[in-house]
Amino acid sequence: MSDKNRLNGGLIERNRPMSFTFDGKRYSGYAGDTLASALLANGVRLMGRSFKYHRPRGPLTAGSEEPNAIVELRGGARKEPNTRATTAELFDGLSANSQNRFPSLKWDAMAINDRLSTFFAAGFYYKTFMWPAAFWEKLYEPMIRRAAGLGTLSHEPDPDCYDKGFLHCDVLIIGAGPAGLAAALTAGESGARVILADEDFLLGGRLNAETGLLADEDGVAWAAQAVARLRSMPNVRVMPRSTVIGAFDHGVYGMVERVSDHVAEPAAGKPRQILWRIYSKRAILSAGATERPIVFENNDRPGIMLASAMRSYANRWAATPGKAVAVFTNNDDGHRTAADLHAKGVKVTVIDTRPDAGVSPDYEILSGAQVIDTKGRLGLKSVDVQLSSGGTRTLFVDGLGVSGGWNPNVHMTCHQRGRPQWEETLCAFVPGGTMPTGLIPAGAAIGAFSTHAALNSGQDTAATALGDLGLTVTRPDLPSAEDAPVRVASFWHVKGAKRAWVDQQNDVTAKDVKLAHQENFTSVEHLKRYTTLGMATDQGKTSNIAGLAIMAEVTGKQIPEVGTTMFRPPYTPTAIGVLAGRSRDKDFRPVRKTPSHYWAEEQGAVFVEVGMWLRAQWFPKPGETHWRESVDREVLQTRKSVGVCDCTTLGKIDVQGADAAEFLNKIYANGFAKLAVGKTRYGLMLREDGIAMDDGTAGRLAEDHFVVTTTTANAVPVFRHMEFIRQCLYPDMDVQLISTTEAWAQYAVAGPNSRKLLQKIVDPEFDISNEGFPFMACGEITVCGGLRARLFRISFSGELAFEIAVPTRYGDALMRRLMKEGKEFDVTPYGTEALSVMRIEKGHAAGNELNGTTSAFNLGMGRMVSKKKDSIGSTLSERPGLNEEDALKLVGFKPVNAEHKVPAGAHLMTKGTPVDAAHDQGYITSACYSPNLGCHIGIGYLKSGDTRLGEVVRLVSPLTGVDHDVEVVSAHFVDPEGERLRA
Amino acid sequence: MHDLKPITPLGAADPRVDNVGPLTLTEVTSVALASVAARLGSEEATRKTLGELIGAEAPAPSRHTGDMLLAFWTGPDQWMVEAPIATHEDLAHRLVAAFGSTASVTEQTDAWCRFDLKGDDYPAVLERLCAIDLGNWQGGEVQRTTIDHLGCFVLARDARTLSVIGPRSSAGSLHHALITACRSVF
Repeated sequence: MSDKNRLNGGLIERNRPMSFTFDGKRYSGYAGDTLASALLANGVRLMGRSFKYHRPRGPLTAGSEEPNAIVELRGGARKEPNTRATTAELFDGLSANSQNRFPSLKWDAMAINDRLSTFFAAGFYYKTFMWPAAFWEKLYEPMIRRAAGLGTLSHEPDPDCYDKGFLHCDVLIIGAGPAGLAAALTAGESGARVILADEDFLLGGRLNAETGLLADEDGVAWAAQAVARLRSMPNVRVMPRSTVIGAFDHGVYGMVERVSDHVAEPAAGKPRQILWRIYSKRAILSAGATERPIVFENNDRPGIMLASAMRSYANRWAATPGKAVAVFTNNDDGHRTAADLHAKGVKVTVIDTRPDAGVSPDYEILSGAQVIDTKGRLGLKSVDVQLSSGGTRTLFVDGLGVSGGWNPNVHMTCHQRGRPQWEETLCAFVPGGTMPTGLIPAGAAIGAFSTHAALNSGQDTAATALGDLGLTVTRPDLPSAEDAPVRVASFWHVKGAKRAWVDQQNDVTAKDVKLAHQENFTSVEHLKRYTTLGMATDQGKTSNIAGLAIMAEVTGKQIPEVGTTMFRPPYTPTAIGVLAGRSRDKDFRPVRKTPSHYWAEEQGAVFVEVGMWLRAQWFPKPGETHWRESVDREVLQTRKSVGVCDCTTLGKIDVQGADAAEFLNKIYANGFAKLAVGKTRYGLMLREDGIAMDDGTAGRLAEDHFVVTTTTANAVPVFRHMEFIRQCLYPDMDVQLISTTEAWAQYAVAGPNSRKLLQKIVDPEFDISNEGFPFMACGEITVCGGLRARLFRISFSGELAFEIAVPTRYGDALMRRLMKEGKEFDVTPYGTEALSVMRIEKGHAAGNELNGTTSAFNLGMGRMVSKKKDSIGSTLSERPGLNEEDALKLVGFKPVNAEHKVPAGAHLMTKGTPVDAAHDQGYITSACYSPNLGCHIGIGYLKSGDTRLGEVVRLVSPLTGVDHDVEVVSAHFVDPEGERLRA
Repeated sequence: MHDLKPITPLGAADPRVDNVGPLTLTEVTSVALASVAARLGSEEATRKTLGELIGAEAPAPSRHTGDMLLAFWTGPDQWMVEAPIATHEDLAHRLVAAFGSTASVTEQTDAWCRFDLKGDDYPAVLERLCAIDLGNWQGGEVQRTTIDHLGCFVLARDARTLSVIGPRSSAGSLHHALITACRSVF
């Protein structure tokens, strides 16, 4: 039955046949076909099953507004469910499958729902699946979801890639029908930068689907010429297969370009789709209009479609649902379908609700008549018509075109809450209210329905936009075109119809709308949620108005009083993949590598993500089977001799200027003004509210030059904080800031032999002995025979330690040199785990302790907050609430039974008190196994912890089953007097 | 002379060069960088000294000027100075000497990586990477932008060459983004 319903003519390329399958059966079509047009031409009208009742359905439309012909395209990992057959471009080898049916499209077991429709009215599941409550999640919801299937996922990663991009223009033109083409020609000839976008692969809009729109020439040819002319202009970018999906702030539009959806698979490296962000100065919405159906009994059978779709299929795709069709209309437009199909040799009968519909020499017109029912289980077989005389007549037809008038495509005008206005002469909503800045609708989108009106509206709108932009307008000649008036009678639904579909995609019937009214869901927003009208992926493009009209009728209101719901982006369904773009899997976000990264890789280091940084966590040695073995070794070796750790990731901020010292006095709670040149000081930074923000060191390289360090995680927030203070709070200070985090490779060299190791690479003219370079010294030196470097004598581990920095490109070489020169001391590199163990052993606070809820007082650094000066946060740190007598204090914890762990996050309870929030005494913030102490240890916050040393408290974590005793000890487990770091 | 061997931002001994279609993407390591920020009240003096150094007016916002020593605007009264590393490895120290206490100078050579994109069709690649409106560029522009989540400077060197200067630690990610975009277009 191939090509059974293929007509003559059309814009398909008959010399390029294409083979495709639907539900496993092979068919053929032509280049230029959509899946829906090719299937229709092959005599296939049944393309899907409805959402709820599993009613057999075929295409209602020939465009992106399609509610019914929803299929799965492709197979394997590329399988894409819920795709509209009406917009799927045919390519050779396309495989498509119907969905939401079992076992087959023709014999669907779930069609029983249709027989049981009484039980499935609007809101049925709110009423039906009430109890037992536990059944909802486990039984009812999965059952309903399976029944209301919307296709199936491949459950495989998307094999395609997607790009994101940015475009700029003076005028964005959305839609390339007559209005859009006229606007583009005008703006293009006037020299503006223009983007012309259309969701279709063939530009021209209705010019490609109609006959006789232009007086002196063929509409198709004129559209093709116009597009060719636009393509030849360097200032115009013509973008087919590109759907503008949303209007956002400040003239920004989102647009999805389908680069490769019309081929079997994208070329290597090429994206499937691109999400463009368009920055426009003006946008012209020439998105056209959508025809709306009339609601009548059994109006959803395959073969029943919009009258405009029927003639689109006939004129553009040379396809028809059958050789005998009828047209049901309330306006003149329906007669175009009749004329066009008649001209193609199809037998047509017109059923016009208007009593004065007239007569035609070519086809029969039944004036003042209505369709009251239809028949045909898997496809339309006959139509029952109530005649104006009161009698009935049955028409045996394969197709029924329905025309209830046209709705301007106002969607984009509503994306910033603009409310459309009712236009009585058109029986339709037109753009109104506050529109997105710079957006001007034109053509059929404002109700300029005739071709003449659309062309002129497009040109005039372009002229307005160009005038706004101060450009001189050149008006190219437009073709003369038909200018038929809109003659439409208000007729929304056939009275008395029950099983009459308003929203075909979500299976909402006229009866459901009335039920919503009966149950007092009369607000348009309630109507939508209660019945799900307009909530399917088509956003109710063909159904909303009919629903509103029926609600208006039963409430005795006018349609504008009922109002409309809000259209939101995206205009048509959009793949999640294109929203993600290239940011997926390992490319989800960029990676930052330390200067010693490649060397660490060679050592087999195990890396951990710290923000965007990849840091070496530990360096396993052959024979080590557990990470603890490696970490314990690194800790012991460092404390015994010397270890090296890449600490480049710590933020480094260069602070210069005459007021640099005064500025540091403001950002740090403790004093910095008197810090000598060549010295480093630990600094605690508070937030405005007095809570500790970050800590680090600042070294004074010159009177007017400091280097501030921050924690890795806070490098950016601290820089931002400092810039805010500089620019907004103290603009009169002479201070300049710039990040130098990446400019310097910085390594901690720690352990009793660290000086000996460094002495081997620091050039001999620099004295780094304890006398020449004491604890907290800093300075600019040279290493390895003249490379400039910075040296800081600071210690996070608690050992004698230095941090040495060289220009980043030498970081790799310096690490290799330190390892080579350190061999005689049994040097070890150490990772973030050993770093953490050593800082916990030393009782140094880190991110876990500076957790956004703790103050200097909690940290045991209350006295560091200088009262002699004003600094950010110092005043609010004095709030009584932050200084209560039993405030949390940072202390250490050791298990009473050395076998026990001290897990971070576990809470502390006074012995003998109930384990509940009211009796909570604090919590562990950081914990580790200490190879030096031979047991697990932790540090954390305990109420009045500093006065409870020696007390045994209960450590509990009901979630992980922890409940044992720990002893409160000093947080400084190792070298509490600090002798080592001063050695 | 010290004996430490530098590595490129991409982690190799030599800069990387990729050819994709009509475009060439080159890792550039031959340039020293230093930032210059005018001290409060010395804005004019800084502009004057900078102008003398680069042999041109100190660049206005979003502009770069100069030749062997080139400066590009990075913020109000702030610039980045570029110079050949072969002759100006100590660029920051030289600038400190030149500006004295009129400006704050910070070495930035290794804070950044740079990739030059050469070829007539680079705008088609850049529009897949960042929001810069290259269609409005006449030459001599620089703009701070975001590419693959990374803060970058983009400079038009000439009609056929564009420099992307991004954070050095993410050179691999930036290079991946650039090369992916090139292959996506060509």
